[in-house]
Amino acid sequence: MDFLETLLNGLSLGGTYAIIALGYTMVYGIAKMLNFAHGDIIMVGSYIIWFTFLRLDCHPSISIALAIICCVILGIVIERLAYRPLRGAPSLAVLITAIGVSSLLQGLPAILDTISKSSNNSALKEKLSGILNPLPIQDMVHTNKLVLFGVEFPISISALVTILITVATMIALTVFIKKSKTGKAMVAVSENRDAALLMGIHINKIIVVTFAIGSALAGVAATLMLTKGTPASPSFGALPGIVAFSAAVIGGIGSIPGAALGGFLIGILETFCNANSALSPYRNAIVFSVLIIILLFKPSGILGNPRREKV
Amino acid sequence: MRKTNDLGLNKSFKFKNYLNYTVILAVLAVLMILQFTGAAGTDFNYKIMPIVIPIGVYVILALSLNMVVGFLGELSLGHAGFMCIGAFVGGKIASLLDTGDNANISVMLIALILGGLCAALFGFIVGLPALRLRGDYLAIVTLAFNMIITDVIKEIPFFAKGSNLPTPSLKDEYNYIIIFAIILITLAVIQNFARSKHGRAIMSIRDNEIAARTMGINIVKYKLTVFTISAFFAGIAGVLWSYYQPGINYEMFKYNVSIEILVMVVLGGMGSVNGSILAAALITFINNYGKFSEESFAPYRTVLYALILIIVVIYRNAPGLKGFREKYNMKDLFAKIFKKKTSQEKLEDIADKETKKSEKSDKKEQKLSNKVSKKAAKSAKNAKKEDR
Repeated sequence: MDFLETLLNGLSLGGTYAIIALGYTMVYGIAKMLNFAHGDIIMVGSYIIWFTFLRLDCHPSISIALAIICCVILGIVIERLAYRPLRGAPSLAVLITAIGVSSLLQGLPAILDTISKSSNNSALKEKLSGILNPLPIQDMVHTNKLVLFGVEFPISISALVTILITVATMIALTVFIKKSKTGKAMVAVSENRDAALLMGIHINKIIVVTFAIGSALAGVAATLMLTKGTPASPSFGALPGIVAFSAAVIGGIGSIPGAALGGFLIGILETFCNANSALSPYRNAIVFSVLIIILLFKPSGILGNPRREKV
Repeated sequence: MRKTNDLGLNKSFKFKNYLNYTVILAVLAVLMILQFTGAAGTDFNYKIMPIVIPIGVYVILALSLNMVVGFLGELSLGHAGFMCIGAFVGGKIASLLDTGDNANISVMLIALILGGLCAALFGFIVGLPALRLRGDYLAIVTLAFNMIITDVIKEIPFFAKGSNLPTPSLKDEYNYIIIFAIILITLAVIQNFARSKHGRAIMSIRDNEIAARTMGINIVKYKLTVFTISAFFAGIAGVLWSYYQPGINYEMFKYNVSIEILVMVVLGGMGSVNGSILAAALITFINNYGKFSEESFAPYRTVLYALILIIVVIYRNAPGLKGFREKYNMKDLFAKIFKKKTSQEKLEDIADKETKKSEKSDKKEQKLSNKVSKKAAKSAKNAKKEDR
């Protein structure tokens, strides 16, 4: 595989990581918690696309829109039921709850599977069959190379779309946070919650908006991952979620350009490891080693602001 | 006056502090009676042992994870990684040293110690990032460590590429006695560690690291010690697991196992030794007993544990539930059952004592002040007399 093609594939994989990392970084920056369930919201999104597109024969745009809406609702519900009661509690408790939510969501497809198997409704049985090992959605995968003015570029259409969507999302989010009133309120909440409250900012509302945006990004990420030919599965979002969190940490958690940068870096690193046959089995080990090394020497990440511990 | 608390930090002997050893020994005694009298028949080997041995292994795992999560207050999501190292190193060593059909105890001891030491070495290495990182970052690093371990084991030919490394098993029927012995050793080490001055130092790091450092507590030493000891016992549990299983697979040690152990520790109550033992025994029992252990029940189990985890953590930590927590809690429930004093009544008792004390001291003060005023009056009279 030649260098340019690997690089572009890496950018495309990195784009997916960057979108997931943006979701993590938004929530971490504003709600100050690691939303461990983010990867599993992606999983739910992927299942909704699989179900509506393959089993209900919806138009792709409708199924993608449905997935994003469902992810947003799911994110808001999780925030309301599991995380909001713990606002002000020790961070260890919040993290453990998030882990609980994550494994709760991961168990859902298997429960749907057992329900469909034991039910007498044949239509439901048929619709939910194979939920534990769904096939990849071939119609969404475009591996054809991009051809413009008769010249073939070394990048597939879905890869190009991924990169474009990532960059557009990043720019849109930055503009939203810098210019809009809600965005400015988010920055205020992230910098000093009490002061923001005194300035008349409704903190719970802002955090709900943050979760909604993060979960919408999870829906987008689910779409992008499906276009790469990954089939939906209960652990669909677990590993990419953790890798993307690493990317957010490497770029500097809380920083939007940092999350995108980290995502692209990790994606390129992983693709180059994959291209090398000696390194490819160790690609996750290498990615996580990089994470540990960066955390040890620059815990605030590449673009993050160092935090000082105060008494 | 000596005061006791939940961890029994007093030095005087109290049976209450040794209750857990007694219960474990009693369970062992019941099992031995069952075996020697043959009361359980073939059920003993085919029904009871497949529950008792996993319970033993998970009790050791939960106890050792409780050191990191409960006493040190850091979240470790890589406990299955240490278990993995112990299982593969110990299992491999045992299968290399073992020549006959029957594995002997000395080989098992060597495997246990070497497996534990290897895991402890990795625990030390994972402890190094813990010196600079805390909270969410450390959780992710330990999780990453778990994934790195399983990924690397999967590629090492020495460990059969992580899939079905054959391991010896103790053929005789007394291996549960060894497991019970190891549980007792683990319990003794961890409980005494927690009750020692080192344990108090570690808990002070958990409560306020900066304050602990100001008091001259060596944070580096204690954090590394906790991670190393915790990993050592996880490694030993791994070796026991490799003896229990006919062959070991890297997929047995994925990070969801770490989370399962974490669920046990959280359910038992973080920092509570007996809680960890009870929760580990209960959950492992449910996982392995009869109908609940069936494959079709597994997803419900996962979801149920997750729900319980969320509810328990919210109940114990939510700032909004403080009043609710004081009104309804397990301690008061037990107190009502055993007709002891509830925490509310205990508080009232203390308040009563305080008021009595203050009344007493008030009286003393009054007496004193009376004396003083009398003295003053006398001296004033004397002074007047002298004037005359």
